[in-house]
Amino acid sequence: MSNIIDLKLFELVEKIKKKEISSTEVTKAFIDRSQKSKKLNSYITENFENALQKAKQFDEKPDFNKKLPSIPLAVKDLFCTKNIRTTAGSKILENFIPTYESTVTQNILNEGGIIIGKLNCDEFAMGSSNETSFFGNVQNPISENLVPGGSSGGSSSALAAKLTPATIGTDTGGSIRQPASFTGTVGLKPTYGSCSRYGIVAFASSLDQAGPMTQNVKDCALMLEVISSYDNKDSTSVDFKRGQYLKDLNENIKGKKIGIPKQYRVDGMPKEIDELWKKGMKIIEDNGGEIIEINLPNTNYALPTYYIVAPAEASSNLARYDGVKYGFRSKGENLIDMYEKTRSEGFGDEVKRRIMIGTYVLSSGYYDAYYLKAQKVRRLIKNDFDEAYKKVDAILTPSTPSSAFKIGEKTNDPVSMYLNDIFTVPINLAGLPAISIPAGHDKSGYPLGLQVIGKAFDEQNILNIAYSIEKNINFKNNINDWWIN
Amino acid sequence: MTIDLKTVKHISKLSRISIDDNKAKKLSDDLNSIFKFIEKLEELDTEKIEPLTSIAETNLKLRKDEIKSKNIREDILKNSPEDNKDFFVVPKVVE
Repeated sequence: MSNIIDLKLFELVEKIKKKEISSTEVTKAFIDRSQKSKKLNSYITENFENALQKAKQFDEKPDFNKKLPSIPLAVKDLFCTKNIRTTAGSKILENFIPTYESTVTQNILNEGGIIIGKLNCDEFAMGSSNETSFFGNVQNPISENLVPGGSSGGSSSALAAKLTPATIGTDTGGSIRQPASFTGTVGLKPTYGSCSRYGIVAFASSLDQAGPMTQNVKDCALMLEVISSYDNKDSTSVDFKRGQYLKDLNENIKGKKIGIPKQYRVDGMPKEIDELWKKGMKIIEDNGGEIIEINLPNTNYALPTYYIVAPAEASSNLARYDGVKYGFRSKGENLIDMYEKTRSEGFGDEVKRRIMIGTYVLSSGYYDAYYLKAQKVRRLIKNDFDEAYKKVDAILTPSTPSSAFKIGEKTNDPVSMYLNDIFTVPINLAGLPAISIPAGHDKSGYPLGLQVIGKAFDEQNILNIAYSIEKNINFKNNINDWWIN
Repeated sequence: MTIDLKTVKHISKLSRISIDDNKAKKLSDDLNSIFKFIEKLEELDTEKIEPLTSIAETNLKLRKDEIKSKNIREDILKNSPEDNKDFFVVPKVVE
C-alpha cells in the first residue's frame, strides 16, 4: 500500500470505510509528518493528543455512515473551535479559547472529521503572503523562503506539504484561491451565503466566505458538501437546495459557454501565465466547450473599491477588541487610555493600517466621497458579471498575476501587495463562486493556477469545468521535502 | 488629497489606537499611497447608480424572540482579561 499521507482525501475515506486502514493509523501518519515539519510554521495550535484519542475512540466504535469518517483535518485559525485556542493570527487573541464552535467546523465534526490543529494565517485574514501573522511567516513547501500566499497561508502550506489531507480557509478578496494557486493546490470560494459565517472571526462581513482547500477537485466537491449548509445563526446564510457536489461531479463540459474577459490581460503579466490561460481555453474547446470573449469593463475599479469596502467593514468589526470582554489588555491610566494602548499593542501594522483606512472612509465628511462611492461602484462591478452571464455559463481567468514571491519581497509596499488579488477581488465584490486549480509552472518551477468563476449558487458547474481541466492537464507538484532533515 | 500628520493623529484617536510620532510619519506615507490608488474611483460617474449594500439578496428571516442560551455567565466571562466572576472589570470611569 502506498504511504498514507500520499492518499487523496476521498481515497482515505474509502479505505477507512473498507476497514483497510484504521483512523488511528491515518491520524498518526499526518501528526507524525506535521511534527517533522515545524520548519514550515504552518500550525499555530496543535491538537494532536486530543485528535489521537478521538481516532482511537472511532476505531473502537466506528461509524462508517459519515462523509469524513474519523478523517484528521487541520483548519485555518480563523474558525472558532470550542475549547481549542483560536487566535486569528493576532496577539490580541493570543489566549482566546472559544466556548462555542463555528458552524463550518461543527459541520466537519458532524460528518466525523477530527480537528488536529489550527493553521497559521495573516492577522485577521488581512494579507496576501501570511507575513502579517503575529505567529510568524509560513514557508511554502515548494521552495525555501517562498511565501505560501495568504491569508490562508498556513492552510495552503500544510495542505501542499501533506500535513493534512484537506483543509478549509476563508476568502474575503482571494485568501483561499491565491494561496491555492501559490502552492499547486485546489481552492474554492463558494457563493456568498453558501457557508455559514457563524463563529468565523469577522474581517469584512459582506465579503467573507469559508471554503475548501484540497489536493484535487474531487476532494473539493466532497469538502464543499460537508461545510455548506443553511444556518439561521447567520442572517446572510442563504436557504437554497445544496447539490450533491461529489455524486454529480462529471467532466462533461460539452456545449458549455466559457467567457474570457479581455480586461484580465494586465500589463506586465508573465508570459507563462498568458500561455497557461490559452492552454485552459484550448482544453475547453477540445472538450466541446465554446470560448466567448466577454467584457467586464469595471474590472480596474475592483481593487480600489475593495480597499474601501473591506477596511470600512473591518474597522467596524474590529471595534470589539477593546481589552474588556476577551483578548489581550494593556494597562492604561483610564478607560480610553486602556483602549488605545490595548489596540496599539494588540494589533499588528497591517491591521492598524486597515482599521485606520476604514475609520477614515466612514468618518464624517468623507462617507459619501469614499464609502458610498465604493458601494455604487460595487453595483457596477456586479452588473458587469450579470451582463456577462447572459452570454456565458462560466468565466475562465488566471488566478493570480504572478507566481509565489519571496518572503520580504513586498512587505514595504502595501499597494504592490494588494495587486496580488487583482483577479480574485472582483468575485468577492459580486458574491460569486470561483475555484482555483493548479494548471502549470513558471520558469522557476513555481505553480500557477487557473480560476473558473461561476454564476451565483452554480458551484457544481465550476467544479465540473475544473474537473475537466484537471483531467486534461495532469498537474504534478514538485515538492522534495526540503524542510525535513 | 494628502493625509498629513494631523489627520493621522485624528484618525488614530477615532480608531482608539494610540500611535507614536515615528509610526505616524510612516503611516501617513502608506495611507497617502493607498488613497492615491483608491481615488481612481473618481473617474467614474456614479450619479444615478444605487449603492450595493448587501450581496445576499434575500429577505431577513423573522424568528421568535425567545431565550436559547441559559446559564452562560461563566462562558461569557471565561475569556475576560480581568474579572471578578460576576462582571467585566474596567478602569475606574466615574470619580
